[in-house]
Amino acid sequence: MARAGLTALLSHWRRHPLQLAMLLLGLSLATALWSGVQAINAEARASYAQAAGALGQDGLDRLVSGDGAPIAVTVYANLRRAGWDVSPVTEGVLIGTNLRVIGIDPLTLPAQAQQIDLAGAGLGDFISADSVLFVNAQTAAGLRTVTRYPIRVAPDLPSDVAITDISLAQRLLGQPGLSYLVLAPGNPKPAPAGLTLQTPQGADDLARLTDSFHLNLTAFGLLSFAVGLFIVYSAIGLAFEQRRPVFRTLRALGLSARALTGLLLAELLILALIAGVVGVALGYLIAGALLPDVAATLRGLYGADVPGTLSLRPAWWAAGIGIAVAGTLVAAAQSLWRIWHLPLLATAHPRAWARASSLALRWQAGAGVGLLVAAVALGMAGDGLWAGFATLGAVLIGAALLLPVVLTILTATAQRMARGVLAQWFWADTRQQLPGLSLALMALLLALAANVGVGTMVASFRLTFTGWLDQRLASEIYVTARTPDEAAQMLQWLAPQTDAILPIWAAETPLAGQPGDVFGMTDHATYRDNWPLLYAIPDVWGQMAAGTAVLVNEQFYRRERLALGDTVALPGGALPIAGVYSDYGNPKPQVILSTDQLIARFQDVPRLRYGLRVDPAQAPALAAALQAKFALPDGSVLENASIKAMSLQVFERTFAVTAALNVLTLGVAGLAMFASLMTLSGMRLPQLAPVWAMGLTKRRLAGLDFARTLALAALTLLMALPLGLVLAWVLLAVVNVAAFGWRLPMYVFPMDWLRLAGFALIAAGLAALGPWRSLARLVPADLLKVFANEH
Amino acid sequence: MNTKILMAALLLAGPATAQGFAGMGQTADGFATPDPAYRFAFPADHGAHADFRIEWWYLTTTLQGPDGTEYGAQWTLFRTALAPGEASGFASPQLWMGHAAVTTPDAHLFAERLGRGGIGQAGVVAAPFEAWIDDWQMISRAGPGQDALSALDITANGDGFSYDLALQATLPIVAQGAQGYSVKSAAGQASHYFSQPFYTVAGTITVGADAIPVTGQAWLDREWSSQPLAPDQTGWDWFSLMFDDGARLMGFRLRDAGAGYTSATWIAADGVATPMPPNSLRVTPLRMATVAGRDVPVDWRVELPDKAVDVTVAALNPQAFMATSVPYWEGPIRISGSHTGRGYLEMTGYE
Repeated sequence: MARAGLTALLSHWRRHPLQLAMLLLGLSLATALWSGVQAINAEARASYAQAAGALGQDGLDRLVSGDGAPIAVTVYANLRRAGWDVSPVTEGVLIGTNLRVIGIDPLTLPAQAQQIDLAGAGLGDFISADSVLFVNAQTAAGLRTVTRYPIRVAPDLPSDVAITDISLAQRLLGQPGLSYLVLAPGNPKPAPAGLTLQTPQGADDLARLTDSFHLNLTAFGLLSFAVGLFIVYSAIGLAFEQRRPVFRTLRALGLSARALTGLLLAELLILALIAGVVGVALGYLIAGALLPDVAATLRGLYGADVPGTLSLRPAWWAAGIGIAVAGTLVAAAQSLWRIWHLPLLATAHPRAWARASSLALRWQAGAGVGLLVAAVALGMAGDGLWAGFATLGAVLIGAALLLPVVLTILTATAQRMARGVLAQWFWADTRQQLPGLSLALMALLLALAANVGVGTMVASFRLTFTGWLDQRLASEIYVTARTPDEAAQMLQWLAPQTDAILPIWAAETPLAGQPGDVFGMTDHATYRDNWPLLYAIPDVWGQMAAGTAVLVNEQFYRRERLALGDTVALPGGALPIAGVYSDYGNPKPQVILSTDQLIARFQDVPRLRYGLRVDPAQAPALAAALQAKFALPDGSVLENASIKAMSLQVFERTFAVTAALNVLTLGVAGLAMFASLMTLSGMRLPQLAPVWAMGLTKRRLAGLDFARTLALAALTLLMALPLGLVLAWVLLAVVNVAAFGWRLPMYVFPMDWLRLAGFALIAAGLAALGPWRSLARLVPADLLKVFANEH
Repeated sequence: MNTKILMAALLLAGPATAQGFAGMGQTADGFATPDPAYRFAFPADHGAHADFRIEWWYLTTTLQGPDGTEYGAQWTLFRTALAPGEASGFASPQLWMGHAAVTTPDAHLFAERLGRGGIGQAGVVAAPFEAWIDDWQMISRAGPGQDALSALDITANGDGFSYDLALQATLPIVAQGAQGYSVKSAAGQASHYFSQPFYTVAGTITVGADAIPVTGQAWLDREWSSQPLAPDQTGWDWFSLMFDDGARLMGFRLRDAGAGYTSATWIAADGVATPMPPNSLRVTPLRMATVAGRDVPVDWRVELPDKAVDVTVAALNPQAFMATSVPYWEGPIRISGSHTGRGYLEMTGYE
């Protein structure tokens, strides 16, 4: 019986392959987007953990000097002699490269901090005068041409990190001191005099910095998944509705309600599993396609290194298939509930499930308004990233819930104002269809609003960023020497050929407990005229030149809730803040001092980078001559145009992923509409037949249906616009500030909206095309059957 | 003790090749080699010999508590050089390894410390004499005109133990082998080697929460060389015996595929040392015990017919195993037979 029943049930799909395809497509797309995003996040997080481990953030406390200056080796030796179990680390970026060299002492390094297997490598080789550099394979390939030191590959290391013996690190970095001391667990707690205890935060820096980015992706993944479930809901609803006679026959033949529900559940599980596997595989492809962009973004924005390749994680497969099954069950719950309660002898009520009670609509309106109020309250009172996303969620869901309510009111009003019986019927019929279409329209609303919101955010950001780059990259040429000697020769050679040579020297130092950078700035018109300041005291440049004040970047300013005039603790004494500048794309706190102050406070700052002011027309020639004259490696001489191009490229790649997900979400919403319209078109014959019988041609009816779909899509679009702008505002003013530490002005781009409107209408039109054609192809007999069946 | 030379060298410097050892001049890698004509010069020879590959300051003490319970304590500082000579800072090729242990009849507690030379974390200064690694130290409190090693304070600590001992020598330093040139194999490998086997000790050992006042005797070995064992030598049994009549016997056996090689120095109660002819010492395992997963002889018969010595030595605690980066057995022993007394036994190379 069960087998016969299952065969009977499954035969439906054989006769409706399109429906089956829709169900599987919706489910696999939803699963694919969701698990693709999860895969990207998991990959990135795994590499942060790796990087965090390599950079020593493995949960061990550290001792650093109070002013951020290097710790003398004698301080370390004396601590050891006093019984402290500490291990020295000298760390820094190799000049002229982006290789972070981490020098360790393997004899004292606590086991928890071991990154490489020295037993296999030979401790003697590691410590000996010709020490070994341990890097991952990718870094090794680039490094072999650069260094004479032996290179060993340690696959677990992040890119651009070399682990080596501390003596070699000190030589390579020109740093005779120690960056910090790693404390083995179980040391006495109060830090020794002159040193500060740093306890690593629960989440490491990179994970914290990139949280916002991943939250962003996750939000998109969830949105896509929700939109995909709308398709599944429509397809399952349709399939169940069409099989009511079969269900009734099976029940009449003696199949219990329990057995029938069980069979349907089994059927759904089979479909969910198939779609889940396909979805996860698709998700893997999506993740693989997006990951290089994500990796580029993370590197450009946070300096976080994520390999561009994806590794398969079993947990991820399980989660993807699990969510497909769970999503199917959620989407099918209502339909299954109905089958369970199917009255055996009741006559067919094909429209029953689609008929909305006004009570439900009122409840929905209440919930929608409640969520919007909550969103306003959250936006005003809340603080931080989660509050920002919670606001977004509340706004989106609230607006989505209100959409059918608003559309009902609009169509009711249109019906009242309509002249003529056909127009009145058109609007009444539209309203009648709303409950069945509302889910698909909600999906469309969400997709459109996300499009408008994210598009506005990205475009505003882009405009601000480009303007800022133009001001900030004021020097025509940027040059980096390899050695101080080379720098000196270069300066001599350049002096007669340039209008000004501006040192760009920087030191790393902790700022308010975070790793930060301190830059030197020479008093020059270049800065006075161009340097964009967000806030400043009146005599900011005078004070900067005098060395009595500093500039801080916006991130630092906002994160630490500073005000102009507040002081910043720096090695060699605190200085007041005279100005705040925007510093997009930099996750770290930054302070700018006068060059004299920088040299005074950080004696061993590398003096290798310079900005050159020249006639822009001469710049390319001078850059080429400079590179040739000193045989400089690529990347040592950069014209500001190429830096701008590089920066913009990073920017574009950052949002390439967002744009891709945006398009995918819109596509899924279009499919949801298609599925809903398909569902409805089969059920609408009883409503169309009387109208046809009264003399309206099929062609006319089909045309009206098409127009109705476009009208609903247009109305949804109208609602999506303000919603999208609210979304953009929250992204720019709340989420960005919390996530990155900068606030961006909002610009609107009406031309983009027009384009989006075009896309939305085309999508709706395409979705309506199938049902329209099937309607147009109806034979009169089908319509006549409606009357025959009524008796 | 020179298996430790080999193992420390292996650990820290990778496989060293001893082939072609000529017994004089420099080895191929630039290290100095022991010279039979060399005569000790103090206080300089209390300090480190950076041109030699390996060196140690090795102290073992046999102690007893107020209730007569016997204990042993060890304090050792090893030096290994990756290259001859010294440099300041982390660039120094000198590496240091400290071992400390306390042995009771039913417990053996030990610790290891590693450190770099050149930075002050570990090292030895000849005058005023001080040897240290981290917070473990051996400091001279000898008065002016006295040998620096004649009075020492030593401290060390580890998981569950610590000690603080004051040592006073009753007789002068004793040169081992031929005027301090100690041959380690029939092939001629050798070291510079002297001892101070005549310390009396008073101090405190702490085991767990118990601070125990102790008294006893101690034996300090100083040895440096550049040559590992011959390739066919697999391990080493070393005995320092302190007889109740005041005499001392240092003897070792180097094990190889054949009969092995033994060497001994007899030190009379008045401090006069007599190097015994090679292989005149006989050592015979009497009882094996399973220690750290390997079978190790913990009771021995030790015979030196020339001096009418025929004794049995038995480990105070058979489980006195040093599971350090260079693993070996090192613990106090009791002596019975023709002579009585106490001493230390060290065994390496039992797998």
